[in-house]
Amino acid sequence: MTSYAVELRDVTKQFPSPGGGEITAVDHVQMQINHGEFFSMLGPSGCGKTTSLRMIAGFEWPTSGEIIINGMPAGHTPPFQRPVNTVFQSFALFQHMTVFENVAFGLEMEKVPKEDIKGRVKAALAMVQLSGMENRKPKQLSGGQQQRVALARALIKRPAVLLLDEPLGALDLKLRKDMQLELKALQMQVGITFVYVTHDQEEALTMSDRIAVMDKGKVLQIGNPIEIYERPNCRFVADFIGDSNFLTGTVRELDSKSVKIYSNDLDLEILGIPLGDMIVGQSVVASIRPEKIRLEDRPGVGLNFFQAKVINTAYIGSDTRVNVHAGMGVVLKIWEQNRFSTIDPKAYYKNGEDVWVQLVPENTLILPQEN
Amino acid sequence: MSNLEHGGQPVVGMHLPTKKFSILRSIRENKRSQGLFLISPAILYLLVFLIIPSILVILLSFMTRGPYGNVVYRFNVDNYLRLIDSLYLRILWFSLVVAGMTTVFTILIGYPLAYYIARSPVNQRPILLFLILLPFWTNFIIRIYAWIMILRTEGLLNTFLQNLGLIHFPLDLLYTPTAVLIGMVYEFLPFMVLPLYTSLEKIELSQLEAAADLGARPFRAFWRITLPLSFPGMIAGSILVFIPAMGMFVVPDLMGGAKTILVGNLIRNQFLVARDWPFGAAASMLLLILTLFFTLFYTRRAGFGEELLV
Repeated sequence: MTSYAVELRDVTKQFPSPGGGEITAVDHVQMQINHGEFFSMLGPSGCGKTTSLRMIAGFEWPTSGEIIINGMPAGHTPPFQRPVNTVFQSFALFQHMTVFENVAFGLEMEKVPKEDIKGRVKAALAMVQLSGMENRKPKQLSGGQQQRVALARALIKRPAVLLLDEPLGALDLKLRKDMQLELKALQMQVGITFVYVTHDQEEALTMSDRIAVMDKGKVLQIGNPIEIYERPNCRFVADFIGDSNFLTGTVRELDSKSVKIYSNDLDLEILGIPLGDMIVGQSVVASIRPEKIRLEDRPGVGLNFFQAKVINTAYIGSDTRVNVHAGMGVVLKIWEQNRFSTIDPKAYYKNGEDVWVQLVPENTLILPQEN
Repeated sequence: MSNLEHGGQPVVGMHLPTKKFSILRSIRENKRSQGLFLISPAILYLLVFLIIPSILVILLSFMTRGPYGNVVYRFNVDNYLRLIDSLYLRILWFSLVVAGMTTVFTILIGYPLAYYIARSPVNQRPILLFLILLPFWTNFIIRIYAWIMILRTEGLLNTFLQNLGLIHFPLDLLYTPTAVLIGMVYEFLPFMVLPLYTSLEKIELSQLEAAADLGARPFRAFWRITLPLSFPGMIAGSILVFIPAMGMFVVPDLMGGAKTILVGNLIRNQFLVARDWPFGAAASMLLLILTLFFTLFYTRRAGFGEELLV
């Protein structure tokens, strides 16, 4: 057993740009993916996640750096010799073949005896709950069923690593949610390393053991879903994963556990938790999740406590989303969970009402300002 | 409320003076006449250009030639009986072989060409397709004469080979079945390349990536994915080449000399030289039936590939 299922060592990929010059799609990426892990690459389109995946699959080769699969440098090994298989975004099922032929294709290429193929295809289709669909053509299946065929076709090869390129992108929301849980269950069952590419942060949080957040070809943060959400290491990650309020300011006082900043947005001193290295006088940004802000209807005493005015509210059942105006043109998003009794629903905040807001210090993250 | 009574449809049309225009009314109210009305231009076209001429040819084939090349209107089947003669059957067989070989060679030459164009950068494809069609801007006869210039005894090819010292005596190229085949393949190549290109171009790159991902080397991927997915184009191209090749008479006339007679020449000679229209009509019918039979047989075996063309 080697240490990592997949390792990207300082991998860079450049493409010739149509207007001349080069476009850097992947920029000095380092990544270590453990055996049996559900690893996601998450980022907006053009962040380099798909290119990274295609380099692991062997469809692209790095301009510089090295990709190591199962301890073996992949080099320029062509896709058909790599111990990885891909589930494509568009499924890429062979339209002229039946479901059986599609799933059997990979084994035929390995020259597996016909009788063994039959049994293994049957088992693979049972695993993705498609028994009895052997003789259908892909066009006769629903999107979700095609998705399962694509999965079975890749998994039947028993790859060391399964690569999934936004495999749920073509499905509707309800089906996507079901498939997320199913994929995760399937991954635990087969124990194969999954490398999953998505731009959907909720999808990544739901399924992944670890997530690499990417932007502009670079990996910004790698961590488990809780780390990524609760301890983002930069404004981009805090903004891309979930929702957040941002206040700019400068560092006033600093110790190892807390930092006091002066927020010029609010004209107020704010206490928070420092994430990353910073020095007094440095420009920083405070990030507070909307659901972690305390909202009161009367004045109180405490740190980071100030008055604000309700601009508008949206009742969405489970929460009420309140936008408040906190002076100096700052608008804060605050989500209040609906914990009130159903027989006596509380009269919610009205527009123009005065409220008091506390940015709970332990939930107020102070991040270095990006250039 | 009234809207609901009419299934939510606006009721504007109800106010037209429907009684005066009973045809329009029946078209509006009857799904069947709506359909007939919509396809009437196509029916009219087929009637004038296909059905009526075909009926005339069928009728003509049962008449007799008069002493001065005129048509005598007396029903008989003599023309068809005359066709069952080893001479004519041999011409038919030879035509089938030439048309079949033309089809095969256009596939062999056209496939790599179409593949190359389909895999070229997107902005170069229109130029390459344009080059395929460019010869059509010159008259067909002139292009055939160009081939005669190349192939004849003191032609370009022989002179070239002799100057190289590869041959000492000119090859007999022109006025052979090979020359006819060259001319036909040249003439029909674009009809194969264009449909092949269309179906090759539609194959998504991800299909080949998936094949490679699943362990298929490039040749296996071509054999199992590209080739089957391009069958619809190959079938369409084969029909476009085979059918006109069966009736072709200009190329064998000009490049085959007197030696090569295809069924197309036979028919043309009956109408224009022998002035035996009824016999020519009967030969046309035989050609039509044979072509239909082969086309149906071919598509029945291979399928039109319609499910792939969607």
